[in-house]
Amino acid sequence: MHPIGTVHYLALSTALLLIGTVGVLTRRNIVIILMSIELILNAVNINLIVFSHALHSVSGQVFAIFVITDAVAEAAVGLGILIALFRNKETVLADEIDLLKW
Amino acid sequence: MDVILFLIFAIIAVVCAINVVVQTHPISSAISLVGVMGSLAILYLTLGAEFLAAAQVIVYAGAVMVLFVFVIMLLNAGAETKKGQSSMALFLGGPLLVALLILLVWFVQSRYSETVHFGGFRGGSAQDVGRALFTTYLLPFEVTSILILIAILGAIVLARKEMD
Repeated sequence: MHPIGTVHYLALSTALLLIGTVGVLTRRNIVIILMSIELILNAVNINLIVFSHALHSVSGQVFAIFVITDAVAEAAVGLGILIALFRNKETVLADEIDLLKW
Repeated sequence: MDVILFLIFAIIAVVCAINVVVQTHPISSAISLVGVMGSLAILYLTLGAEFLAAAQVIVYAGAVMVLFVFVIMLLNAGAETKKGQSSMALFLGGPLLVALLILLVWFVQSRYSETVHFGGFRGGSAQDVGRALFTTYLLPFEVTSILILIAILGAIVLARKEMD
């Protein structure tokens, strides 16, 4: 059977990145937009870990830990903003939040 | 063995990821996202990143998803309706996406041809990661702890009720 290489993991990462980008651009629910951002950050993590494997260095995994930490911080602040927004506007749809639209 | 593991969990990850974007109800998306995180943890194991696989399950599938589901329940968000679909975007975007992917495949294929073997790299244990984290990357580690502190403060300030 054809062996699995670094390229296959990169292809998986690209697929997740594209799906996440489509989610961010097309969905209206802010919760789902935040989930798509998590998908994108996970695609980055796959890249970092597969290159850590290919280059026999642990640095990639350390950076993946930093990315996980940032993703968690981003989710916490994002959902906090969403709750504050919902208290004022009673909606979670991104296109109905148009206070700054002229 | 490597091939079967990779194929099964890569396909699960991609299908669940598509499901995250396609589902109209946020709870269904959240459950699919757990599937993505779980299968990615298995793939990290095949790459020799044991500590990160555990961290992925604990932090993402545990903490972050509970946070998401909690907020969905709290805000009582229902299914969303579609609106403003543009066919022009599909016509322009489809070919451009294919062109980008072909370029990417051509670029990557010519550079990275190593094969991945299960157990081929044993540098991902908690000991190895911890040593790198507390020697070479000590300053970024400490800065990250400040970042988390700021994020906690920010989340509390944003989500609390305004006192008069």
